[in-house]
Amino acid sequence: MQHELVIRPQKRMHINLKELLSYHELFFYFAWRDVKVRYKQTAIGAVWAVLQPFVTMVVFTLFFNKVAGISSGNDAVPYAIFSYTGLLFWNYFSQALTRSANSLVDNQAVITKVYFPRLIPPLSSTLVALIDFGFASIVFIGLLLYFQFAPTLLGMLVLIPALLVTFIAASGAGMFLAALNVKYRDVKQALPFLIQTGLFLTPVIYPITQVPQQYQWALYLNPMTGVINAMRASFLGTAPVNWPLTAISVASAFFLFAFGLYYFKGREKEFADII
Amino acid sequence: MSTDKPIIEVKHLSKVYNIGHEQKSAPGTLTFRDSLTQTLRKPLEIFTGHRIEQEKFWALKDVNFEVNKGDVVGIIGRNGSGKSTLLKVLSRIVEPTEGEITMRGRVASLLEVGTGFHPELTGRENVFFNGAILGMSQKEIRSKFDEIVAFSEVEKFLDTPVKFYSSGMYVRLAFAVAAHLDPDILIVDEVLAVGDAAFQKKCLGKMKDVAGQGRTVLFVSHSMSAVRSLCQRGALMKEGRMEYFGDVDGALSRYDDVSESTYYKKAPKNNSHIRKIEVSSGGQTGALITGDDLDITAEVIISPQDLNKEIIIGFGLEDSLHSRIDTFVSEWKSLKIISEKSLIKIFCTVKDVPLVPGRYFISSSVSHNGVTSDYVDAGVSIMVDGGARAISQRLSEHGPIQLDYSMRLLDV
Repeated sequence: MQHELVIRPQKRMHINLKELLSYHELFFYFAWRDVKVRYKQTAIGAVWAVLQPFVTMVVFTLFFNKVAGISSGNDAVPYAIFSYTGLLFWNYFSQALTRSANSLVDNQAVITKVYFPRLIPPLSSTLVALIDFGFASIVFIGLLLYFQFAPTLLGMLVLIPALLVTFIAASGAGMFLAALNVKYRDVKQALPFLIQTGLFLTPVIYPITQVPQQYQWALYLNPMTGVINAMRASFLGTAPVNWPLTAISVASAFFLFAFGLYYFKGREKEFADII
Repeated sequence: MSTDKPIIEVKHLSKVYNIGHEQKSAPGTLTFRDSLTQTLRKPLEIFTGHRIEQEKFWALKDVNFEVNKGDVVGIIGRNGSGKSTLLKVLSRIVEPTEGEITMRGRVASLLEVGTGFHPELTGRENVFFNGAILGMSQKEIRSKFDEIVAFSEVEKFLDTPVKFYSSGMYVRLAFAVAAHLDPDILIVDEVLAVGDAAFQKKCLGKMKDVAGQGRTVLFVSHSMSAVRSLCQRGALMKEGRMEYFGDVDGALSRYDDVSESTYYKKAPKNNSHIRKIEVSSGGQTGALITGDDLDITAEVIISPQDLNKEIIIGFGLEDSLHSRIDTFVSEWKSLKIISEKSLIKIFCTVKDVPLVPGRYFISSSVSHNGVTSDYVDAGVSIMVDGGARAISQRLSEHGPIQLDYSMRLLDV
């Protein structure tokens, strides 16, 4: 079978799925390299992935719960578990987004020298953050055991879709910011600030019930609100899952993905020229 | 074979870059503010009638050519002539503005040695990542791994992060991976101009093997001698156009026309590099009379890391077909160059040059510890005139040099 390749100016929305799939090995190689490089020349290596969310949770519990008096909104649920459920997903989202948004700029040297589908770096970065999610989950299991808190069966079932929605939202925003970052390095500066603000716009520290009822839907436009609340409601059994509002978040995640992809594909051809 | 069609067909290929106010800031440093002021300026321009045109730069303009299977094509041209853009478009790194390229076969492109090498990863890990990014499957890399390692000669350091490698080791390992690619079409840019002389020779040998196996190779180089020895076909680029496409001698002889008598490089580089070369004789730049002295003056910028270290500067004299005639090296004349300052000027004089009339070239290199940091190939040219020694009956087959001789009859 003769292998024929035609190169010509591309239309805006041209997604070659077959080609993308044929590059699946490189997709994992990018992820593998990032994981390998991640904790090189550190003394405690992957322990960082466990330590970071754990310490954040302790700080949150001390200051927001004990000092500021924010509670989980449900007496049966300790604040530590409540906030950690939020943190677990929020950290995955913010990690995935940060890595993804910087992925093209970080791979500048490769992008200007070799061809591969440009979607690989932002998407594989989102995958790499999953490793940290895995480590952070160990702490979560530890917490559940410590407080002898049994999660519900429904919660276990919601876990995978919740993770998937987070992945979709993070890659969507990631693709958009990665493409924007190629042209405007302001993204790199603004990102930590954006993520910090996002933490407060998402009910991670506080229960959503603290927000006046008539404004709650607006918070659900943020995909992470739906993810975290659905997880808390089902996994911790605090309340019935509010499916209609959760649907807003899911739709928002898909919209973010479609928008990110559209923007990325439109900018893609100039990456090597202006990066 | 399944087809008689050319393996590469390039039709009306153009690539345009917009240069204008955007270019004022270095690429990649454009900020929202720059963009904002630009957006604000636009309506203002219309209002005041002072429109700053976005200038278009055609890096490639209507390039057409065809390459047959098994051809080894050398692409030459001055800096900025569009060679590199052409390779980038062929490698799919940048998209063409107009035109179409058809390639019939597996393509591998090598625009740099060690693309994707990560300093923190070990040699072994880098072989896998680099191989993958160059288009090898994991299976392929595994099966060729031992060969790659043997070729690179860095067996002992395979599990050491490459940041601890010497630059020579780094380049050897990187080239070893690239050398084991197995494509139908290989696109190569300048990768031979790195490493020590022995390794360059090895690379060239490997390239010859690849070319000998009936693969199609596109090879961009500043090294005319490499192009000469590797390629049968030559392409000459000038100002984004394909000036000539045909046999290699035709391309090389036409390239001569674009060389000048003074070489000057403004672009800053990180490595120690040659900034200026000038050739003269008897005070006249770019011209020499057979039998006169040839003076070469060069300015070399020493990079901070090479300060107070011994560097070696060399010049090469080449004929119009870029075959080396002689080489002059500072070290061979026991000239130790250790500089505390970032600029040095070096003067080299060659006595009684017996060259026959024609055009000649001077190449120059800077190296430290056996690693070349800059090489200017045929950077300047000099026209030799027969002068008093001119002999009208003399033809090119009478030899490349004209020694000073006399003849007389002896008594018998």
